[in-house]
Amino acid sequence: MNTKVKDEKLSYRQLVDRHRPARPMLKNTVRAFLVGGGICVIGQAVQTLFVRYGGFSVTDAGNPTVAVMILLSVIMTAFGVYDRFGQWAGAGSAVPVTGFANTMASAAMESRSEGWVAGIGGNLFKLAGPVIVYGVVSAFFVSLIRYIVTHIT
Amino acid sequence: MKTAGRQTWLFETEPAVLATGTVAGKLESEGPLSQWFDVRITKDGMLGKSWEVDEQGLIRQATETALEKAKLTPEAIDYAIGGDLNAQLTGFYFGLRDFGFRQLGLYSACSTMTESVALGGLLVDTGAAKTVIAGTCSHTSTAERQFRFPTEYGAQKPETAQRTVTGAGMAVIGNTGSNVVVTAATIGEVVDFGIKNPWEYGAAMAPAAFRTIQAHLHDTGQHLEDFDCIATGDLGRIGHAILRDLFAQQGQDPGDRLTDCGMLIYAPEQSEVFSGGSGAACSSLVTFGYLLEKIRNGTWKRIMVAATGALLSTVTSQQQESIPSISHAVVFERRGRVQ
Repeated sequence: MNTKVKDEKLSYRQLVDRHRPARPMLKNTVRAFLVGGGICVIGQAVQTLFVRYGGFSVTDAGNPTVAVMILLSVIMTAFGVYDRFGQWAGAGSAVPVTGFANTMASAAMESRSEGWVAGIGGNLFKLAGPVIVYGVVSAFFVSLIRYIVTHIT
Repeated sequence: MKTAGRQTWLFETEPAVLATGTVAGKLESEGPLSQWFDVRITKDGMLGKSWEVDEQGLIRQATETALEKAKLTPEAIDYAIGGDLNAQLTGFYFGLRDFGFRQLGLYSACSTMTESVALGGLLVDTGAAKTVIAGTCSHTSTAERQFRFPTEYGAQKPETAQRTVTGAGMAVIGNTGSNVVVTAATIGEVVDFGIKNPWEYGAAMAPAAFRTIQAHLHDTGQHLEDFDCIATGDLGRIGHAILRDLFAQQGQDPGDRLTDCGMLIYAPEQSEVFSGGSGAACSSLVTFGYLLEKIRNGTWKRIMVAATGALLSTVTSQQQESIPSISHAVVFERRGRVQ
């Protein structure tokens, strides 16, 4: 590539940079804090209800709480609300349980027309897959390091 | 047919746009151009058994509408030319399969409309066809799943994003019989300025539109002032501002005549339209529904539509390739009295 073309591309990219609206970092951070925190508060409230009225211990209340949060997220996804909520809340809506449930539910809904096996079965983990893959891989390496460290010392 | 310069066709017989058919989705029907569309879909959500079937329905309905307005039967059409954004052009081929047309499918992303009209004009002008139908369709949900994420996935999109238009627009082009004619077409070259972000179509495509418009003016020896309106395909508000700067760098000022179909189709305050509309149907809805009507009713005499296409695929963008773009321009003019 000759230098003239390179210069032309560079000056064009500078032009594009000038026109790109700045990401509203402060607004996004505040919304993510409020929404992410809000979802956790709801989760905490659900857990407290299970402990107080369901007779669960604090540890045992974890699983049904997660199930309720997943259900809420999936219902919101099914009614077409979660994506709008995600646009408003940004990273706040990506908190693990509800965000993860949304990735799976949205992929399942999208692929329903291709059938139960190739469609839903094949695409359910389309977005969630990388999280699981790298979650497992990093867990393996962390465990390996822990194993080595504990056996050397 | 005559040619001008390296890339411009001049249609001496002046093929006429006999009739157009436009079908607009819900959000498009709620936009500023609502009154100009033939069919407005008011129902939200999936109408058939899949989004793909819905999209095929859009182009079928637009074709039926255009034929009805032209008072023609499908048998009177020699060729159907067009495309959409789906892989293997399923919208175009499946949507029109029951008409028994001889079909020519084209892909140049969101510039498919002007490519179709240019080739349709060429066929009619050279006598290879008497009457053709040309146009495109797109659907926000089929485009989302093919190019981005599942529709209901809660990811945040940046302000530079554009919304794929749901709709379809078809135009019947024949020898004579209308006061709107196609007089010239300029075929664009692929332009790549190294923009890689698939949320910045406007920035990727603005240089393609600029090159094609300049090429047309150069080939024909005309000026920006010779047009009542120059509409680019779907650069959106941000891409449009970039294009204006590109003209300004050359000391040119297109003024109010320069507009953009992606900007016209939605009002900025509509929900989740971001920088504006995009998609193969964006320029066909705006051009066939609105711009040509302004020629027909006497507001304008002569316009250029330079639709723009970002030629990426999900594979190329995941492979970190830049986004090559293309733009084809078509000139529409009024002949005879205002209707």
